[in-house]
Amino acid sequence: MRKFDTKVQHLKYKVLREVARVAWQDQLLEKMPDIPKIIVPTDTATMRCCVYKERAIVTERIKLALGGDQSNPNVIEVIDIACDECPVDGYSVTEDCRGCIAHRCEDVCKRGAITFDEHQKAHIDKSKCVECGQCAKVCPYSAITNRKRPCQNACKVHAISMDENKAALIDNNKCIACGACVYQCPFGAIMDKSFIIDIIDLLKKSENNTKYKVYAVVAPAIASQFTYATLGQALSGIKELGFYHIVEAALGADMVAYEECKELAEKGFLTSSCCPAFVDYIEKQFPQLKEHISHNLSPAATIARYIKKTDPTSKIVFIGPCTAKKMEFQKEQVRPYIDSVMTFEELQALYDSRDIDITKLGEDVLNNASYYGRIFARSGGLTDAVQQGLKERDLADFDYKPIACDGIEACRMALLRASKNALPNNFIEGMACVGGCIGGAGCLTHGEKNKNDVDKYGMLALEKDISSAISLMNL
Amino acid sequence: MNITVCIGSSCHLKGSRQVVEQLQQLIAQYNLKDQIELSGKFCIGNCVNGVCVTVDEQLFSVQPDNTEEFFHNHVLPAFQS
Repeated sequence: MRKFDTKVQHLKYKVLREVARVAWQDQLLEKMPDIPKIIVPTDTATMRCCVYKERAIVTERIKLALGGDQSNPNVIEVIDIACDECPVDGYSVTEDCRGCIAHRCEDVCKRGAITFDEHQKAHIDKSKCVECGQCAKVCPYSAITNRKRPCQNACKVHAISMDENKAALIDNNKCIACGACVYQCPFGAIMDKSFIIDIIDLLKKSENNTKYKVYAVVAPAIASQFTYATLGQALSGIKELGFYHIVEAALGADMVAYEECKELAEKGFLTSSCCPAFVDYIEKQFPQLKEHISHNLSPAATIARYIKKTDPTSKIVFIGPCTAKKMEFQKEQVRPYIDSVMTFEELQALYDSRDIDITKLGEDVLNNASYYGRIFARSGGLTDAVQQGLKERDLADFDYKPIACDGIEACRMALLRASKNALPNNFIEGMACVGGCIGGAGCLTHGEKNKNDVDKYGMLALEKDISSAISLMNL
Repeated sequence: MNITVCIGSSCHLKGSRQVVEQLQQLIAQYNLKDQIELSGKFCIGNCVNGVCVTVDEQLFSVQPDNTEEFFHNHVLPAFQS
């Protein structure tokens, strides 16, 4: 019955839940000051030095739940006072050094940074060390460790440094809002801004979908989430919150796959455009490859555009595993179609803010997309879908040489080679999160089974191929 | 004339694609392409009686196996007078 991977997620969730609860009641201003005491009720500190600090941090979390710092365009923000200023000494020799004779560490160090004291124990000269890590690799006692901040370790685009007070500092020119640091910080000092207040407002002002209709576009990664209940129950919960209708983002994925294979065949080399963090990464780090990014909008934006075509006054909320989507929907090309974004974490908070126990609800259905659209949620899915698209559009002659990259490091390797014309592939599927969207920072849980869950969900699709799924889109 | 077929999940599972395909065929067969605008919409709000089809705002419940009958009774007469 466990809902989250970590207690940090749970803490963040509790704040979102309480903020949402008072927002539904239109008592945000009156009741907001009470929330820190609801989250930290006793006089015994359990997380920090004292309850006052704990409550002060909760107050900061409330600000983020309300949308965060308006002057900061990034959706990922550091809560300065929550940052524990973890040590950053990099590679250092621990007590485990036995003072051996072999001195492999010394031999492997090209910089001559290893010295020995009178007990033959190793020391690293920080002025010479370049943090290559070779000494740590060769030490037979694993006596050399790399003390790096978890946030910096998680941030594969190297956007995190320290400010003058040693708190984490995010460089917005590098950050791609993937949320890896949000998920990895053991103190929960980095958070994604929330738009749940806007979403609650959208739902309320629709007056039960009479003024306009509010649609939820749900990412296929949902198949691996809310596993303490069924998918059908999670969907019923979304309707219970006041959404008029739920549409699969995977249907947008089918539409994208259908177009992307043609674009690939025409251009000869392409990168995917589905993952907003990956797109942002190319734009920031490999601007010379920008022209090769597929011109398709993301699946979520594609299906949202279609919904707005059929229902121009509608409002659309994307629900998924992704924090980068919170950046994407604010882009000029996407803003007309997607009105707001929330994560699965936030959806859980919204359920509970209304005391909706989804395990008690009936089963709703969600079935628009094909198997191929649905497997976009995991690494390799998009690659398979483009292959299928080529087949369905009689483009099977095209010499398709895809590479599926999950995690920014894998993306970086492929992009680096592409930028030097040394990549043997002609299609790069890029997903910033390891495993694809199922590894997204906004997921409640991350596990080995998630990929299987997505594949199983794919098999349940009524439509077996892309053309059938999108045939209705061409009306 | 505007014919809108619900393509929401519930109706989709009841066969809205088949209904659309048959309607497209019938419209072509009777040369009504210029006179009928066929479109899709996510959820017309009567999921229990899907597949929901509206003909100029009037709601009908159609299934793949009675689409032709529906077309002859509720669509064609408007063009035969």
